Formats: sequence, C-alpha cells, structure tokens
Amino acid sequence: MSNLTSSQTVGPFFKFALNHESWNDLTSGGAPGERIRIVGRVVDGDGTGVPDAMLEIWQADASGNYAPGPAFRGFGRANTDEDGRFEFVTVRPGAVAGSGPGLVQAPHIALTVFARGLLHHLITRVYFGDRADDNARDPVLTSIADPAVRATLIASREPASEQAAPGGPPVFRFDVILQGERETAFFDV
Amino acid sequence: MTTLTDSIERPRPGEQPVNDFPAYTSTHKRAPKRPALAIAHTLTEATGPAFGTDVSAPSTADLTRHGAGEALGQRIIVAGRVLEGDGRPVGNTLLELWQANAAGRYVHEADQHDAPLDPNFLGAGHTLTDSEGNFRFLTILPGAYPWRNSYNAWRPAHIHFSVFGRSVAARLVTQMYFPGDPLLALDPIYNSIADRDARERLISRYDPELSEAEYALGYRFDIVLRGRNATPLGL
Repeated sequence: MSNLTSSQTVGPFFKFALNHESWNDLTSGGAPGERIRIVGRVVDGDGTGVPDAMLEIWQADASGNYAPGPAFRGFGRANTDEDGRFEFVTVRPGAVAGSGPGLVQAPHIALTVFARGLLHHLITRVYFGDRADDNARDPVLTSIADPAVRATLIASREPASEQAAPGGPPVFRFDVILQGERETAFFDV
Repeated sequence: MTTLTDSIERPRPGEQPVNDFPAYTSTHKRAPKRPALAIAHTLTEATGPAFGTDVSAPSTADLTRHGAGEALGQRIIVAGRVLEGDGRPVGNTLLELWQANAAGRYVHEADQHDAPLDPNFLGAGHTLTDSEGNFRFLTILPGAYPWRNSYNAWRPAHIHFSVFGRSVAARLVTQMYFPGDPLLALDPIYNSIADRDARERLISRYDPELSEAEYALGYRFDIVLRGRNATPLGL
C-alpha cells in the first residue's frame, strides 16, 4: 500500500478555470456512430437544482473500444446551469468487454460528479433505456439487487417531440439525484 | 469478490474523505446517504482520457502574467511530480489549478468576498506533466478567505488541483495547503480526511532549493495517484 493523495472538494469557485464550452460535445472530431444527446439535472436532497456542479463522462466509441484519438476523445466535461441542468452531445457507445472471460457490458457511459459539498467526487454509470436486453445481462446492473436502485442508472429515451430539431439525435434523460429516496446509485471504484 | 476488483490500487481506510461529513455544512443536502456500491474494475474504470498539446497550449504555467502588468502578492513557484503509488511517474497528464488572489478573492461571479480583484491575476492555469511527471507553476501566494460554513470561519490558503492520471479510477481533485497555517486545525474540509498522515500530505513543503534568489519562494507538492496493481487484469 502506498501513500495516495487525498481528495478535497472542487468547491464553489471553479468554473472560471475548468469550463471549456466545447468539451460537452464529443462529436466535433467526426467520430462514426449514432449521435445522441444526454440531458439531465443534478439535484440535491431538497430536489433543488445544483448550479455549481461539474460533470465528466468517459466512454467507449461506437465499436465498444476505449481508444481515445483525434476523432473521438471519449471524454467530455459539462457544467450545470443555474437550475442544475447539463447536456452532452456524443455518440452512442458500443458494448464493452467485461471483467472476465466471455463477459460483456451493456453500452454505458461513466459519469463523474464534482460539486461544492462533495469532498470526494461521485462516480456513476449511464445506461440506455432502449437497450433493455443488453442491460438485463450487464454484470454491473445485475449485481444491484434492488430494481429501484438499478433503475436510477438507466437514461430514458425521450419522445421525439423533445428533440431539439426534428430528425435530430435522440435525447436521453439522466438525472443525478445526490440524496433522498430516489438517490442515484454511486459506485466505489 | 475476485482479484479483478483490485486491478487498480485502492486507498487505505481513512485516506480519502467520506462525503457524509456534517462539520462541512454544504454536505448536508448533497452527500449521498446510501453507501457507494463496490464494483469490480472493468475496462471502463481502468482506462481514461489522454490529453495532448491541443489542450495544453498555450501553456498557462505562469499565472503572474495574465494582464498587462504583474500580479500583486508574494511570488511562489509550485513544483512537484505526479506519480502512481508504486513511484512510477505519470507523464503527459493534464494538470489544472485554480486559486484565490493574494487578497483571498476568486475571479468568479459568485465570490462576494469584500476583497479586491487583481486585474493582472486570473488564478487559473494548466499544463501537461513532462515525461517524468514533473510540473512547475509560477503563481502568487493565495490569501485566506472567509466562508459561511460557521461564524467567522476562514479557509486556509490553498490551491486547487485537478489531475487525470492514467485511468478514470485515478481521477483526483484536491487542494494544496501551506506549511504552518494556523487555519488548518480549524478547517472542516482539511479535517475531513481522517488519517493524519494523509491530511498532512496535502501540505506543501517549503523548498529552498526551489526558491529563486531575489524572485520567488518555492513550494514542493507531489501528487500520488492510484496506479495499476502488480497483478493486472489481463487488459
């Protein structure tokens, strides 16, 4: 065991340093794959939007490979607005190899949340509501006994009317509930 | 539980803060109440983003020359290495830092502390570590500032660091403090780390070898990230 550096909160005053407007769009490099939008809201234990959260995503490309390059970095960052809302534009990740022989993980995106009041960032996963069969076999999802907790990890595909433009990329909603009955499942990785 | 669970080094108990820490009042409505679910490390956790000069350029490793003139305050050099637990350097990793100015004020619209802004100091920088994991910033000693966690509470002087490392599991955001600061003993954020040695590793070390004569004081701060364990997961 070694001496690791400890985490401390990102605090309230980071946007001027960490905000990069373009980092919430992972498609600018022209990566192949289905374009999708992921929208959501970070809310606290009172259901109030968290205006000073930063979210980061990490995901495989459309073929299910973690191979960051100029076409697809696989990484994104977004800040919440005054209502706690955030948005990413990306490509739908492919299924990813699991942690054992023959294991396959359903398409998913790792999501990390930083905010004032979080001494250590939170880590969760975004799965896709229109991939029910894949999700039913996913080793991480199936390791969660409580279906209500499992459901917090599934982004719901919004009706076409919610799309920013007709025929535009499908919109998936994923809210991050920091605390309370519908609290999002967070992982100790 | 299989050995796969530990493909990435885990922190020891007390080394990382727990979010449910009531002395820090912002945790009350934001800290999750359910314990985090331990999962086996997969490719998702054991890989992570890479950054190149497209992100790091232009280098902002000199924070004292943001405006037309020179920033006010005590010039300091902050240098160190980013390492993994086994001592291997983490080269070419993105390191971002941000801080208050010498008067204890951030360039942030929500910072209402009645202390002057400095037009020549933004207080934000980033760089890539070199191939040996080294980084070096020239900046200004940040001031302490009041916050409303409790009556007459003041944050000890600190510099925020964000570091990526080689995997999502290694991702770290932390704060670097300064030796001899009397506010440390009173600060709930600092004291949220139960292990005293781990806490004290967040305090930078004054290094006369790093100081530049007639110019700036040197503080050394190494950052140790979670690395791969000796038995990797056959990736």
